[in-house]
Amino acid sequence: MKKPVSPHLRRLESEAIFIIREVAAEFQRPVMLYSIGKDSSSMLHLAQKAFFPSKPPFPLLHVDTTWKFREMIAFRDQAAKKAGMELLVHINKDGLRRGISPIASGSSVHTQVMKTEGLRQALDLWHFDAAFGGARRDEEKSRAKERIFSHRSAAHAWDPRNQRPELWQLFNTRIKQGESMRVFPLSNWTELDVWDYILAEDIPVVPLYFAKERPVVERDGALIMVDDERLPLRPGEVPRMERIRFRTLGCYPLTGAIRSNAATLPDMIAEMRAARTSEREGRLIDHDESGSMEKKKREGYF
Amino acid sequence: MLDAAQANPRSLLEAPALQTLRLLTCGSVDDGKSTLIGRLLYEQSLILDDQLAALERDSRKHGTDGANIDFALLVDGLEAEREQGITIDVAYRYVSTAKRSFIIADTPGHEQYTRNMATGASGADLAVLLVDARKGVLTQTCRHATIVSLTGIRHVVLAVNKIDLTGFDEAGFSKIAADFRKFAAGLDFKSITPIPISARHGDNISRKSANTPWYRGPALLDYLETIDVVENGAARPFRFAVQWVNRPHLDFRGFAGTVASGALRLGDEIAVAGSGRRSRVARIVTKDGDLQSATVGDAVTLALADELDIARGDILCDPKNRPEVSDQFAAHLIWMSDGKLLPGRSYLMKAGTRTIPVSVTELKHRLDVTTLGEHAAKTLSLNEVGFCNFATTTPLAFDPYKENHTTGAFILIDRITNATTAAGLIAFGLRRATNIHLQGLAVAKQDRARIKHHQPAVLWFTGLSGSGKSTIANLVESGLYAHGVHTIMLDGDNVRHGLNKDLGFTEADRVENIRRIGEVAKLMSQAGLIVLCSFISPFRAERRMVRELLDGHEFIEIFVATPLEECIARDPKGLYKKAMAGEIKNFTGIDQNYEPPEAPELIVGLDKQTAGQAAAQIVALLATRGLIDHIDDLAADWSI
Repeated sequence: MKKPVSPHLRRLESEAIFIIREVAAEFQRPVMLYSIGKDSSSMLHLAQKAFFPSKPPFPLLHVDTTWKFREMIAFRDQAAKKAGMELLVHINKDGLRRGISPIASGSSVHTQVMKTEGLRQALDLWHFDAAFGGARRDEEKSRAKERIFSHRSAAHAWDPRNQRPELWQLFNTRIKQGESMRVFPLSNWTELDVWDYILAEDIPVVPLYFAKERPVVERDGALIMVDDERLPLRPGEVPRMERIRFRTLGCYPLTGAIRSNAATLPDMIAEMRAARTSEREGRLIDHDESGSMEKKKREGYF
Repeated sequence: MLDAAQANPRSLLEAPALQTLRLLTCGSVDDGKSTLIGRLLYEQSLILDDQLAALERDSRKHGTDGANIDFALLVDGLEAEREQGITIDVAYRYVSTAKRSFIIADTPGHEQYTRNMATGASGADLAVLLVDARKGVLTQTCRHATIVSLTGIRHVVLAVNKIDLTGFDEAGFSKIAADFRKFAAGLDFKSITPIPISARHGDNISRKSANTPWYRGPALLDYLETIDVVENGAARPFRFAVQWVNRPHLDFRGFAGTVASGALRLGDEIAVAGSGRRSRVARIVTKDGDLQSATVGDAVTLALADELDIARGDILCDPKNRPEVSDQFAAHLIWMSDGKLLPGRSYLMKAGTRTIPVSVTELKHRLDVTTLGEHAAKTLSLNEVGFCNFATTTPLAFDPYKENHTTGAFILIDRITNATTAAGLIAFGLRRATNIHLQGLAVAKQDRARIKHHQPAVLWFTGLSGSGKSTIANLVESGLYAHGVHTIMLDGDNVRHGLNKDLGFTEADRVENIRRIGEVAKLMSQAGLIVLCSFISPFRAERRMVRELLDGHEFIEIFVATPLEECIARDPKGLYKKAMAGEIKNFTGIDQNYEPPEAPELIVGLDKQTAGQAAAQIVALLATRGLIDHIDDLAADWSI
């Protein structure tokens, strides 16, 4: 059920397409980070629009922590196939060898090793000089100040004190050998804009966003889905079926679900308009301390 | 071409709604910008439970309002800002009400962050300029108003904040409004709307306050929700910068880009601004199907009826209403870099989708943004605004910024550091560029070269003082002369004493010195000569500028890399001794930096070889490159 695209969304769409084309025109080896969530789905859709009738002139890259929901992996492979784009999957093998996991190592070590280091490894391995990410400025305070074209040193570090001024749509894409750029075409979108756009454009998303009976345990105030047998149950924990959905998708032991009856996109948008918590609330990695996202970003987390 | 009413039929289906309003908040530090935005979010219930909990926690830790919630903490994101209580970078905030969506750029108030304020202003339709009711119009208020006006924002809200702290005083409010109008008379605003507010307590933010019965205007949010200020770009002449050439197979060649202004319909005639070639629009392609028309803001792919030579950076336009095409123009420049503007230095200019070398040929004046006075200046420093003449290496299509923000704006990029050093706003093209055509030459450079039996070239010797540049260059020249090669030597002695005797040794003068030498070397190479230039030339940017003046392989950069200690030991003119004694200022290697070449054609050095060996190596290179015939016997003569 499509609804007409508002002038507000149309302007955001044009802006994103402009940004994506600019990267394809000015960089040698761009890549689109594809993390399977709603933002990635929208970004992929926009990339296909930007280059039609050609296919987007860059591959997709998924940095797999090996702890994504099974439904996400199935969706990922199908989405890439449908888009006719090359899909690169990188796993930090060294991290696996060291036995890093969200359960054994805790959320911050797991994220640092499997996501941040994994991403750096992948970008170095394929010599990418620009990487699209689906991050939005409304997600978190330090992101509100990040540029659309965000410079990274050869060591993938972000220097928030020394960002290039970004005027009009004149993006300075110049980098030195070994440096790279992170590019965020959805910078000016809000979470609601993304969902409104998905509804208007009929973009496929992972079914985990919609309410369904799923096996969960309640742990430290969060609802954790038992996606496979790797989740060790604590004494007294018995998975029970609950009608839940996810607002944001990460590694399953680190992503809290919410109880919901919203089984369709319009229901879900209505539910979100009434929601009283922000979307990163479900992500356990951000709570370590205030300002933690800025710290992670300086180290190269997306 | 279309007028606005006939725009893209797809958009007629859309619900009538006011365009998203892009606005910025600015004003002096501590005038309450971040608090105002925090308050707006709070009153619109856009602060969610978990954010509010974090805010309460942070307010106790960093807050400036005792036990009360400090709304500024909601938007001051970076850790340093929160600790210092200031906003150091532009933050973007997104507010939606039932009537309208807003994108708010919250910009820094400190003087040293004026560049960030200009960044926030560059995409905005309206500015909310805050003043403290107790302090009135400050220098920084005037500075921001000027930059707001310069960046083309025509509507300003003068938010007189902390009105509670003056006891809601009407006379004070009226005086501030009058003071501001007086200053703004010299600026270019269509509307100025003063509103008395208290961001901390919520007076006149979302609804009219009972504390200001004397105030008859709207509350801030009412005003922002209803004002129609978004420029109607569809009525302006058609402009479309080609971003990417779309060529999936031999049968399709499309030009991807975004309509910068105006509109067009299938079958319309368009022209390529640079070449003047014309064609018609055969298809307007999108993934959702071909369109009948496209209007300002639409990201589309155009296919034309004829095969024209079109590349990224070209501007497609209305053939009856074209942009200017010129290699010289005048523009305002907002300098954003710690390093100073150096007139004559080559920078990269990104305008639309085109990036080309440019230099400032003349700094007409510096604008005092607090008094609007125009002052003579030799350079611009961080946060200064100037009015300059520019010259590009190839003609550029543009419109005055006042007529078109997309085709009239540019940024400057430092060629070495890649930093964005300035924002530019084009005022007008310079006529002499269009009227003075390069003289068509009956005898070409190659003809002159032919009768000399060798090719022209510029051998550029760069290196520290005392590295042996002139010694080696002299040996090369005598060797070439002996074999009938036509040469000329340019060095400090024959240039500094004549052509450049008006120049000193400051950074700016060194840039101009090299620029003039480059032009002379160019003329002489056109005469067919091999030009030997022996100059310290410490900056990469200037050496690159000379390289770009010349054709392809004519510039041969020879780095005389004798180490500093060796040069000091040699000290043939006793200059190091004086420099180290402080008797000479700006001496390269002592108190001025030398930037070694990154990719010179040749590196020689007197620490590893004799001057004769170095000279032989250079002559061999000229022969290898086919510039001169092989001179076999010379190498032996020189290896003394």
